[in-house]
Amino acid sequence: MAKVPVQFTLNGSEKAEFVDSGTTLLHALRDKIGDTSPKGGCHQGTCGACSVIIDGELRLSCLTLAETCNGADIRTTSGLAEAGVLHPLQRAFLDAFATQCGFCTPGMIMAAKVLLDHTANPSREEVVEALSGNICRCTGYEPIIQAVLTAARANSQNAA
Amino acid sequence: MTLALQTFSTVKDANMALQAAGTRYLGGGTLVVRAANEGDVSVSSLVRVTEPSLSAIAVSGGETRLGASVTMAAIARHPELAALAPAARAVGGPAIRNMATVGGNLFAPAPYGDFTVAMLALDAIVVTEDGQVPIQTFLAGRDASRAIVTGITFVLPRAESFRFLKVARVKPKGVSVLSIATLLQRAADGTVTSARIALGCMADRPMRARAAERALLGCRLTAEEIAPALAVAGEGTSPITDPIASAWYRNEVLPVHLGRLLLA
Repeated sequence: MAKVPVQFTLNGSEKAEFVDSGTTLLHALRDKIGDTSPKGGCHQGTCGACSVIIDGELRLSCLTLAETCNGADIRTTSGLAEAGVLHPLQRAFLDAFATQCGFCTPGMIMAAKVLLDHTANPSREEVVEALSGNICRCTGYEPIIQAVLTAARANSQNAA
Repeated sequence: MTLALQTFSTVKDANMALQAAGTRYLGGGTLVVRAANEGDVSVSSLVRVTEPSLSAIAVSGGETRLGASVTMAAIARHPELAALAPAARAVGGPAIRNMATVGGNLFAPAPYGDFTVAMLALDAIVVTEDGQVPIQTFLAGRDASRAIVTGITFVLPRAESFRFLKVARVKPKGVSVLSIATLLQRAADGTVTSARIALGCMADRPMRARAAERALLGCRLTAEEIAPALAVAGEGTSPITDPIASAWYRNEVLPVHLGRLLLA
């Protein structure tokens, strides 16, 4: 099988790689480029653990073919911290004990980031809706919802 | 997994490539990449089309055309498509809605395909490279369809005449127990003069509840008057049994939810 070139921006850095045709973005990110923050859970589009942000939209990297991302701007949880300082969402997840086994956390944080990018002060219902495609089997969701609301408040205070 | 992906700039060229055995059309990926991930070896190569018209939404008067690559998220946020937003939002979570397309939804097997239930109630026309076909005809023959769907056209319903309900056990997002879309025209005294009722999960693909439609004619939307329609709502159904619900359960609750939707 011939390799195909893929080139995109990952968390602000240019990446170029040769992959087998039909390789999913999840596989390319984890096994080719070495960004293991998106997780492979169900590979069926059900669990949301592989969620990444492509050109500003939340997508499932397990159902996205890497070849279709040429020229795209891709964001993952591993690119959130700046100069060793955690992103407010990461800080809030830690403080609220919103992560237990941690497998769903990168996907949850990406889903929450898209929400906060568009809605500075979301309601609880908006948070629940934004996270509705992400499954967590540990926390019961409540700490995650609280963490997102806390991060939104922290963002608002910083902006004020 | 190795899948040969071919990208075309026009539907015409892609249509030729799609004729090869083992080739499937790649829309948003939520069905076909999922199938490949699941180990479906019948999928060996994929074709996709980047033609911009496939992602266009056109609303002129009531006439609406959705390109086959229009996503559920694009419909849900479009100001002129507010009547359809509940059906578009019924599909998946936010990430799925950013990927799942109108064209793909036409092929989604039960328990998926909630948006197509709404399209069936609206008597939409499916546009393919081979021409235009009524959605009911298209759905009946979709397993053998080899022509790329380019769009879907329909008359946008007035908000008060169109209703949509998805029943799921998990809130706010869950797989359908069933879904129902109704398009009712009513006279000034409230009696139903025409009725179209489409059901999801009550067969392997969206279907019409024709007996209930007939029974609703001339009725006002009161519990007493719709009772005969609810009594025949399950006529002709052949629901799926899956981990969400059994066929028996789906048949049992269909009249309950149809009644609630009609009386809402």
